[in-house]
Amino acid sequence: MRRAWVCALVLASCRTGAREDSGAPRITVGSKSFTESVILGEVVAQMANWAGARVDHRRELGGTKLLWSALLAGYVDVYPEYTGTIAQEILGKSGIRGDEAIRQALAERGVVVSASLGFNNTYAIGMRRAVADRLGIRTISDLARHSELRFGFSNEFMDRADGWPALRNRYHLPQQNVSGVDHDVAYRGLQSGAIDATDLYSTDAEIRYYQLRVLEDDLHVFPEYRAVVLYRAQLKDRAPEVLRALSRLEGAISEDQMMAMNARVKLDRVPEPSVAADFLDEKLGVHGEVREETLVSRLLRNLKEHLFLVSLSLLAAIAFSLPLGVLAARWPRLGEIVLGVVGIIQTIPSLALLVFMIPLLGIGARPSIVALFLYSLLPIVRNTYSGLRGIPIEIRESAEALGLPRFARLRLIDLPIASRSILAGIKTSAVINVGTATLGALIGAGGFGQPILTGIRLNDVGLILQGAIPAAALALLVQAVFEVAERALVPRGLRSTPSS
Amino acid sequence: MAEGKFLFEVTGVSKRYGSCTALEPTDLRIPGGKTTVLIGQSGSGKSTLLRLMLGLVQPDSGRVYFDGAELAPQNLLALRRRMGYGIQGGGLFPHLTASGNVSLMARYLRWPSERIELRLSELVELTQFPRDGLGRFPHELSGGQAQRVSLMRALMLGPEALLLDEPLGALDPVTRYELQADLKAVFEKLGKTVVLVTHDIGEAAFFGHLLVVLRQGRIIQQGTIEELVRAPADPFVTRFIRAQRNPLASVGPQAP
Repeated sequence: MRRAWVCALVLASCRTGAREDSGAPRITVGSKSFTESVILGEVVAQMANWAGARVDHRRELGGTKLLWSALLAGYVDVYPEYTGTIAQEILGKSGIRGDEAIRQALAERGVVVSASLGFNNTYAIGMRRAVADRLGIRTISDLARHSELRFGFSNEFMDRADGWPALRNRYHLPQQNVSGVDHDVAYRGLQSGAIDATDLYSTDAEIRYYQLRVLEDDLHVFPEYRAVVLYRAQLKDRAPEVLRALSRLEGAISEDQMMAMNARVKLDRVPEPSVAADFLDEKLGVHGEVREETLVSRLLRNLKEHLFLVSLSLLAAIAFSLPLGVLAARWPRLGEIVLGVVGIIQTIPSLALLVFMIPLLGIGARPSIVALFLYSLLPIVRNTYSGLRGIPIEIRESAEALGLPRFARLRLIDLPIASRSILAGIKTSAVINVGTATLGALIGAGGFGQPILTGIRLNDVGLILQGAIPAAALALLVQAVFEVAERALVPRGLRSTPSS
Repeated sequence: MAEGKFLFEVTGVSKRYGSCTALEPTDLRIPGGKTTVLIGQSGSGKSTLLRLMLGLVQPDSGRVYFDGAELAPQNLLALRRRMGYGIQGGGLFPHLTASGNVSLMARYLRWPSERIELRLSELVELTQFPRDGLGRFPHELSGGQAQRVSLMRALMLGPEALLLDEPLGALDPVTRYELQADLKAVFEKLGKTVVLVTHDIGEAAFFGHLLVVLRQGRIIQQGTIEELVRAPADPFVTRFIRAQRNPLASVGPQAP
């Protein structure tokens, strides 16, 4: 993390892995923000570390698009992915099908796909084991003989063409009682007997918890989502020993083993690094290195990361917006354009903005700071503009009539009179910035967004609060600081309301 | 061109705002050392003419000369420092105290503080402004006090001309009456060139050596009050003079 700080501070080109220190290759591993991906990322990271690489695991990044962009741009060297996702989401538009064609298409982009890690995490149909045993159901075909069964499917599964519609047509399922429910509700419905079967992912931790049977997709309706590792082709030259180690993972993880690891993390609350280390130890005899962080040191790290994101982006935004607001107030036509543009920036979804910036800025603090900077512009520009435009004409003309040059008028008259409005804009920006900085977690910049993201993933309210409460407290603190600053900076003559 | 005799010369100056003509092409000479009053109704162009003389507004045509020099972007700042400007309500800077307002320009020009102090004392005396009011902010001042501060600000650098736009417009009658007398005393004491804008014929007659009557962006007559009353150039002048009612006329004879 210190490295990331220094990198961002000097804004040096620090593409991870571009340099090799003391002979050990640097490898950046990525993972998506769901538990299985984080576990697999940790497995890959520990394996690479065992093979002698210096490894940085950027966990819980904000989704397929983001990781794929980061991989292409070289900010991530390797990350776990699924064949179905590669075919559907990554190469979806090009219409490429078949393993060899996919391999070819990825190779053209400088990316290599490993062989399957051994399990397929796809849609599956699950029933309570006791019910399935009683009715003698082992495969999805068996369901056709029991038209009285009630199904509760997630809404996505109900809607997707390769979900329930495909399943019903292919297996000629006669059930009439089929409803769309939330995933978590479905599990509880199964337990209470309100429904008999639901869709799930074949490695879900809940399979063990609710004692479910995963029915065999004997007609192969569901697409394959075999777990693989995607890595940059140049690793072959740069870190061949790491690739040799990673190849040991191929075929090494069964569906049951993955499910067990998911369950240990999600149900037993064991940290992913420990789960990954245990797996490598038992299965491959590899002793990974697990570093545990105490609560306090993690909070301090999050605070440091958060303050770093906020302070740098806010300072830059002030330095940029203030002159921009002055120019906008000076030339109203330009002002309309400026206000329009910064207003539009405000409406860009943060994830889209981050993905867009990866080729330029990579992952981590830099793109987060730029995104926060952009989101901080509007309140400062607008308040500077309106503060200056709001100065009565007789005040402006009185200043002009004195014979003060333009810049002196701005410094001695206009800015002090507009100071209250400008400061309010900066305060708004700062408070919003503290909240928005949680998005940094989506792109590996840490901050209080990290525990929030992890907490959401693990359905752990305590963890969510570890991020949410300090972030809220920080926002209040910032607000208070600005109120004190207002007292010091806004001239006394402007503070009290004029008497009539 | 009669330099020295006329401090301001305005030749063929006109101004439009969009489709609305504020001032038709106009010529005017302001004699030095006297008080000239621009008088007319709202929208007659009197304020526009004053602001053109200060260079606050750029003319569409024509030229403005101050002390023989044409107002131009490169000499505007220097020329303005030789004029003092005051407006209705004072136009004081709300973030500065009374003394801050008055001394702003002198401080900008890096006058030594003793010189500033000395000048402040003179002005306080001249305008009869309470000394302890110097530390107050504009919103803590009464209307009359604000106007006195505005006058001090205009006089701070010792300008050759004083341009005042409805300086007494926003005041209650009693304050206005007092300030009129004080203002006239100041003008007489300083002997400066004063250009004053008002819509009040009584005020114009009280202050002005020369009255300039404007109507719909045009000067329709200029002269002393006697000349305007005796030989009005236009029926409007007569109407305008008559329109200012003397409240006492209808009451009849007054108590001694």
